[in-house]
Amino acid sequence: MRGGEAIIESLKNMGVKTIFGYPGGQTIPFYDMLYDADMDHILVRHEQAAAHAADGYARASGRVGVCLATSGPGATNLVTGIGTAYMDSSPIVAITGQVPTHLIGNDAFQEADIIGITMPITKHSYQPKDPDLIPSMIKSSFEIASTGRPGPVLIDVPKEVQEGELTEFRDDLIQTPGYNPTVKGNIKQIKKAFDLIKESKRPMILAGAGVIIANACCELKKLAETINAPVMTSLLGKGAFDETDDLALGMLGMHGRKVSNDYINESDLLIAIGIRFSDRTTGRLDSFAPDTKIIHIDIDPAEIGKNVDVDLPIVGDARNILESLNKVLDGYAPSNDVNDWTNMIKVKKQELLPRVSYDDVPLKPQTVIKEIAEALTPEAILTTDVGQNQMWAAHFFDTQKPRKFISSGGLGTMGFGFPAAIGAKVACPEDPVVSINGDGGFLMVCQELATVREYDLPVIAVVLENRTLGMVYQWQSLLYNNRHSQTLLGNSPDFVKLAESFGVNAVRITEPGETKEALSSAIKDNEPILLNVVIDSEEALPMLPPGAGINEMIGEYKLEKDVI
Amino acid sequence: MDSDYHVISTLVEDKPGVLQKVAGMFNRRGFNIDSITVGSSEVEGQSRMVISVHADKKGLEQVTKQLNKLVDVIKIKDITKTAVKRELCLVKVNIPNAKARAEIMQYSNIFRAHILDVTEQTLMIELTGDKKKINAFISLVESYGIKRIARTGLTAMSRGV
Repeated sequence: MRGGEAIIESLKNMGVKTIFGYPGGQTIPFYDMLYDADMDHILVRHEQAAAHAADGYARASGRVGVCLATSGPGATNLVTGIGTAYMDSSPIVAITGQVPTHLIGNDAFQEADIIGITMPITKHSYQPKDPDLIPSMIKSSFEIASTGRPGPVLIDVPKEVQEGELTEFRDDLIQTPGYNPTVKGNIKQIKKAFDLIKESKRPMILAGAGVIIANACCELKKLAETINAPVMTSLLGKGAFDETDDLALGMLGMHGRKVSNDYINESDLLIAIGIRFSDRTTGRLDSFAPDTKIIHIDIDPAEIGKNVDVDLPIVGDARNILESLNKVLDGYAPSNDVNDWTNMIKVKKQELLPRVSYDDVPLKPQTVIKEIAEALTPEAILTTDVGQNQMWAAHFFDTQKPRKFISSGGLGTMGFGFPAAIGAKVACPEDPVVSINGDGGFLMVCQELATVREYDLPVIAVVLENRTLGMVYQWQSLLYNNRHSQTLLGNSPDFVKLAESFGVNAVRITEPGETKEALSSAIKDNEPILLNVVIDSEEALPMLPPGAGINEMIGEYKLEKDVI
Repeated sequence: MDSDYHVISTLVEDKPGVLQKVAGMFNRRGFNIDSITVGSSEVEGQSRMVISVHADKKGLEQVTKQLNKLVDVIKIKDITKTAVKRELCLVKVNIPNAKARAEIMQYSNIFRAHILDVTEQTLMIELTGDKKKINAFISLVESYGIKRIARTGLTAMSRGV
């Protein structure tokens, strides 16, 4: 068995059926061996899309996503995708080709020190110098990528190692004495959490992506119901708790739901689970829940106290800890104070529901998102790009299940949504997959229309067309005196013709009702399609300006109850 | 001593790129390494890094946690209070005249330094000690004219069993 074959064999042993990649000079041996192998390969049209697709695959399925690129430019094109996965704790394994070992360090053609380049954005990396090491390194990569706080792992394989014969196939895990993620929560801390819950009169829960990653959504629901606490989420926490539930308040943060932003500071206890308190979630730190006791549950000890000082840290796996906490809480009934508080919040939630009903033309993005929601079942997966499209989707779409809302949170990578949808579709072929994009971000990855066509992947790409780089445009309108510097995109391209040139059907949508209708029939047709929705370019989201506290939103927050 | 000054002893895997990872993490998180020394430890395949760093309490906590997160880092200990700290320093000093030579050799004796090399115009001196001692010696011989200084940075070990 040769090195390249060992890669394929090891990936198969890890349960991998599909990889996303793009060949090049230093991966020709691997691709030659792939030719006869029982392994699906999706040929993307840019390496960055391979990394995003692997990421989307991982987030939709909870399994490790795999991407592959050649050395040098192929590898550097993965960097944005690896960085995106790192910031959002997504388990991917990136395999790169490298120039032959004897040429490393000589500035050989298409040589790049990709291990050095990606060091700050990978959880770990390997470079096998001997084909015998490949099976162990692949197995260890999967282990490290998927355990503890997940993240990307890179394996850089020199060309001659892909070609070399193995003396034997041994895949023992490589010993990593420095890597022992804490899974089980400290029971003393969990009992202290119970004490804080008992003392609390106005509890709230803030759930992050960690709840989804740990598959702790059922435990979270049980906790929320037991202690009768309203639940907010971060952007990436969407889906950790059913947002159509009475207790769900929606997203907190810079573009969060008004009820969450307005009332968090009134809580006396915040149970934060699997969340890293990003600046986009908290606003200015000294006015974030200043009088609130905070319990912080996270698997990464470095997140405890990094941004927000907490009263009670519990390090470990969210599911494990919530199971224990629920056990400790057995028989607990919330006090009248708690019930009054939560009833009050529920009333406020209804009063402060954001307005989504409009019949304006050009279309209001709120209405477009509402129609998308109406056309989809809870099983459908929504991916978003980055910018206004993302915040509209996050704000106005109620996500009901985990792994159904996929978005680039930490790195905020434009061009993420569409290729991530490709990965999600490969992971979950039975579920409808819709990617919501802006016209700016979509143009960064529109070449992937060829991928969905060639592989008949029925991904639905919604392109919200406002001919601006909307989020920056909005900041310029609100904070920079309407000086719209370099945020007007002009009239090119025609997205319908663009899609058609790739052989992908497309519909131009301008009127209310059309989005829902087009989406419903697209789901039925089960074909790749682009929905080009023309929206109002002046529509902005209320936001926290830089340096503002969580309850200091600017911009008019229009309410559904005011619709006559 | 400066309360924000910390000496961290770290056991790491002896692999290429580990020093880069550790140094890169400090840089990326905005912490300044005062000095870092690396060498083999008592365990084969593992190295010991002694890192001196300026950080407040919160910063130190972050540094420690972030170091712990690196897969290649095995163990971390803050040994600021318990450690014997030593640095090796080589100094080449000018000798303007014979009197100066005698004086420098006398100072070297007092500081328990060794003369490693002698020429007509220079003396090379080897000195071991903590930072303060080395700084004191350097300022003492400065007036003769220092041609070159090479310092290893701090290495350290906890006292006791």
